[in-house]
Amino acid sequence: MKPFDYRSPADAAEAVRSVAGDPTAVFLGGGTNLVDHLKLGVVEPGLVVGVGDLLSAEIEELGDGTLRIGAGVRNSELAADPRVRERFPMLSQALLSGASPQLRNMATVGGNPLQRTRCVYFQDITTPCNKREPGSGCSAIGGWTRNHAILGASEYCIAVHPSDMGVAMSALEAQVRVLGPEGERTIAFVDLHRLPGDAPERDTVLEHGELITAIDLPAQPIARRSAYRKVRDRASYAFALVSVAAALDVVDGVVVDARIAFGGVAHAPWRAYRAEEALRGSAAAESSYRSAADAELAGARPAEGLDGGNAFKIPLLHRTLTATLRDLAREDT
Amino acid sequence: MDTEISVRVDGVPRRLTVDTRSTLLDVLRERLGVTSPKKGCDHGQCGACTVLSGGRRVVSCLVLAVTQDGSEVVTAEGLASVVAADDEGLGDDLHPVQRAFIDCDAFQCGYCTPGQVVSAVGMLGEIARGWPSAVTGGTGEPRLDRAEVAERMSGNLCRCGAYVNIVAALQQVAGASASRLTVGTGPAE
Repeated sequence: MKPFDYRSPADAAEAVRSVAGDPTAVFLGGGTNLVDHLKLGVVEPGLVVGVGDLLSAEIEELGDGTLRIGAGVRNSELAADPRVRERFPMLSQALLSGASPQLRNMATVGGNPLQRTRCVYFQDITTPCNKREPGSGCSAIGGWTRNHAILGASEYCIAVHPSDMGVAMSALEAQVRVLGPEGERTIAFVDLHRLPGDAPERDTVLEHGELITAIDLPAQPIARRSAYRKVRDRASYAFALVSVAAALDVVDGVVVDARIAFGGVAHAPWRAYRAEEALRGSAAAESSYRSAADAELAGARPAEGLDGGNAFKIPLLHRTLTATLRDLAREDT
Repeated sequence: MDTEISVRVDGVPRRLTVDTRSTLLDVLRERLGVTSPKKGCDHGQCGACTVLSGGRRVVSCLVLAVTQDGSEVVTAEGLASVVAADDEGLGDDLHPVQRAFIDCDAFQCGYCTPGQVVSAVGMLGEIARGWPSAVTGGTGEPRLDRAEVAERMSGNLCRCGAYVNIVAALQQVAGASASRLTVGTGPAE
């Protein structure tokens, strides 16, 4: 590991100034991903600025019912919050399906969306990777593709975003509060992450020095009937092959509204607007759920690879979405 | 780059200068001679290095020591003394979780055991606070059946495969009063 300076600033503004003023500087939240990357040589910062214990660790209810989640709140605390469990079950379930209890105790709400892909080639500095070293090529294309994208990938990168929390945040219309050298701004969570295009080295739209200070979760009655379903190679403590966050509003057997996002299948949490649109006004029935899945997955493109490719993820995601909606429609609210 | 930190380890105040690159695990083992946290994978995947920091279970291999200035760290070596210091009259050499591991033969080679034991103590504290797991479901209260124990201990791997007896040990311990098992350094409710 290359030597680096460590700074523990007094407040968020000082943290932002420290990072913005040094192109080699990085923020350190819970460290669950960054410290590993320091060991692996994936990143080699000259300055590490600790913010894990600096940012708000409170979950505050605003006058309009919005929950303002401080970026310093740990994943485990957010998952256990009674308001989150009751009003946004998909979010609590998504958090609890991620990582291990120890890692959830460390990982912050601000850091979670900024964790990087677990693509094995990205994490192995001996292999070409356009995300780690732009222009070096993509080793995943034609390589091991089981954990890679089927939606929104490019010829430069087929990596997926790993967060479970982020999938629920996308479906729940969360807003990301950001402090940067130019001041504050708010970004819709669905707009935080980028698709890879020809610049896969950029995971998000954040500029260097911008710091997530809180995530706002607006009141959404529809979210009370919601769930997160994750399919993976182990029963616990594994990243998603595919996952679905869904909320459903059913009145008299008709789907009035829906919120759906996918995980494990794209470079960003994938908000399934087409599936939502297909569901609105349709009967709360198996055929509708299948049509919604068809609508969203029409654009899916599997990757070919040494492991036989990942075309299996398309029917897997289709069935996972259908099953999640079926279970939600049966729930009493 | 060197930085000075102060940290309480198993109840003992320690002050030392650390390289900013050092993990808490390496500082505990190599600098302070506290070798109960083990280096298994060194990537946060196996749980052998689990300690309590501020009362929460964490993997010390992914914690930079510089971030621990002013913190309270408890390892498997300190569990018994910390419980005794609670003055709850346990008066035992071992923490109840440690005793249950022996009673139930919940290990084979023992390498993962200190991490398992600390993780279990953290887990019981989380149960006492009513924290859910992926298995708990809904807004219900967690009950430590086999599935709950397996899910809540999934961050600790055992290559000998002693899981069956680890689950038995933790169910035995959970039968006792959960409030007596939490470590006194936990975060305020």
